[in-house]
Amino acid sequence: MNKVAVKMTVNGQAVEGRVEPRLLLIHFLRDNLSLTGPHVGCETSHCGACTVDLDGKSVKSCTIFAVQAEGANLTTIEGMANADGTLSALQEGFMQEHGLQCGYCTPGMIMRAHRLLQENPNPSEAEIRMGLSGNLCRCTGYQNIVKAVRYAADKLNGRREAAE
Amino acid sequence: MIPGAFEYHRPASLDEAVTLMTNHGDEGRVVAGGHSLIPMMKLRLAVPTHLIDLGNLADLKGIRAVGKAVEIGAMTTQHDLIASDLLAETCPILREVALTIADPQVRYCGTVGGNVANGDPGNDMPAVMQCLGASFMLRGPKGARQVAARAFYEAAYFTARKDDEILTAISIPLPAQGHGYAYEKLKRKVGDYAIAAAAVVLAMDGGKCKSAAIALTNVGETPIFAEAAGNSLVGTAVDDGAIAKAVAAAKAVAKPAADMRGPQDYRSHAAGVMVERAIKRALTRAKR
Repeated sequence: MNKVAVKMTVNGQAVEGRVEPRLLLIHFLRDNLSLTGPHVGCETSHCGACTVDLDGKSVKSCTIFAVQAEGANLTTIEGMANADGTLSALQEGFMQEHGLQCGYCTPGMIMRAHRLLQENPNPSEAEIRMGLSGNLCRCTGYQNIVKAVRYAADKLNGRREAAE
Repeated sequence: MIPGAFEYHRPASLDEAVTLMTNHGDEGRVVAGGHSLIPMMKLRLAVPTHLIDLGNLADLKGIRAVGKAVEIGAMTTQHDLIASDLLAETCPILREVALTIADPQVRYCGTVGGNVANGDPGNDMPAVMQCLGASFMLRGPKGARQVAARAFYEAAYFTARKDDEILTAISIPLPAQGHGYAYEKLKRKVGDYAIAAAAVVLAMDGGKCKSAAIALTNVGETPIFAEAAGNSLVGTAVDDGAIAKAVAAAKAVAKPAADMRGPQDYRSHAAGVMVERAIKRALTRAKR
């Protein structure tokens, strides 16, 4: 099949490529752009390890073709650190609260939590759990992941500094 | 898992999309949110050679009041349904259903049109559309036509939609002011299809049931409109005796298959329990 041209913005940079239409976005990110933060987990839209932010939506990049992201604005875990290279509130939260063990699910967890906090800056524990229900972790039992998101919410809301 | 090769089309208008579907017949498939079709393509259970992406057709998105109906564009996502103030006010069962579908990421992409048109008996919206008496608007080379949701489903993955037709919108007559509603879904985990699920919409007047509709998800090859079950509630006070009769009538039309979600008799029993719970919860929400 003929390859087609795709253009999109990934982590603030304009990128383009020629791809087979059947190329999944996750493979475009990992193989063509060498962005290996988004992980291939289940390949069946269940685990969320491949989650990226696409035009303000959390998307499982294993379940969308690269050609469907034509013109889109994407953020992957590689684009999450602050401009000065320091960790974002969510990354810091996952470190401080021990929100990972093996780390395989973490890029997807952080990308999903990022969009959750954009939509709901002060989520309850139940809202965090529902918000992350499309992301599976096989290590932690989720307790510390929930705490990590709460840490980031508090930090972004300025409460953590105020309390210290 | 790599899907089969295909040629990709991104039409800029509905007319162009219809022309593509006409030209490519049963080798063409439209992709809306892609969260049913792409997994099928990865498993090579679907191998379209022409994929027609409706993503650029802004006309197919949106929720609007049209007279005494609400019209939902086929490309409206489950996320959009959940966020809609208009639906929260006029047809809140849709929000309740959408929240039981898959997970947040899938709901950002998955569309209501794909959910109803795909013909997967596990999808939740088809039975709800039957319960609400919705109509599906189709566009093909010969023009537009409407098919009632209650007449749309023929067998698993077979519907009244012809190969060259595209579902453009869903029209739902607004349920009565003060109606009660509930969608009860038994599932193994978040994101799963139903072991059994039931949709109920009813209206009460002076302590008696004025109208009632009941439909079932994933207990047959198609969604099931349990007409006799709904009718049996009308004129009653929806007391325990009336509920038991409706449950029996619903179970009589449920035809679940034995599968990884359980044996037949368990799933049939579960359907009855879902109907009972949905009626009781709808009743608590209905204005007497």
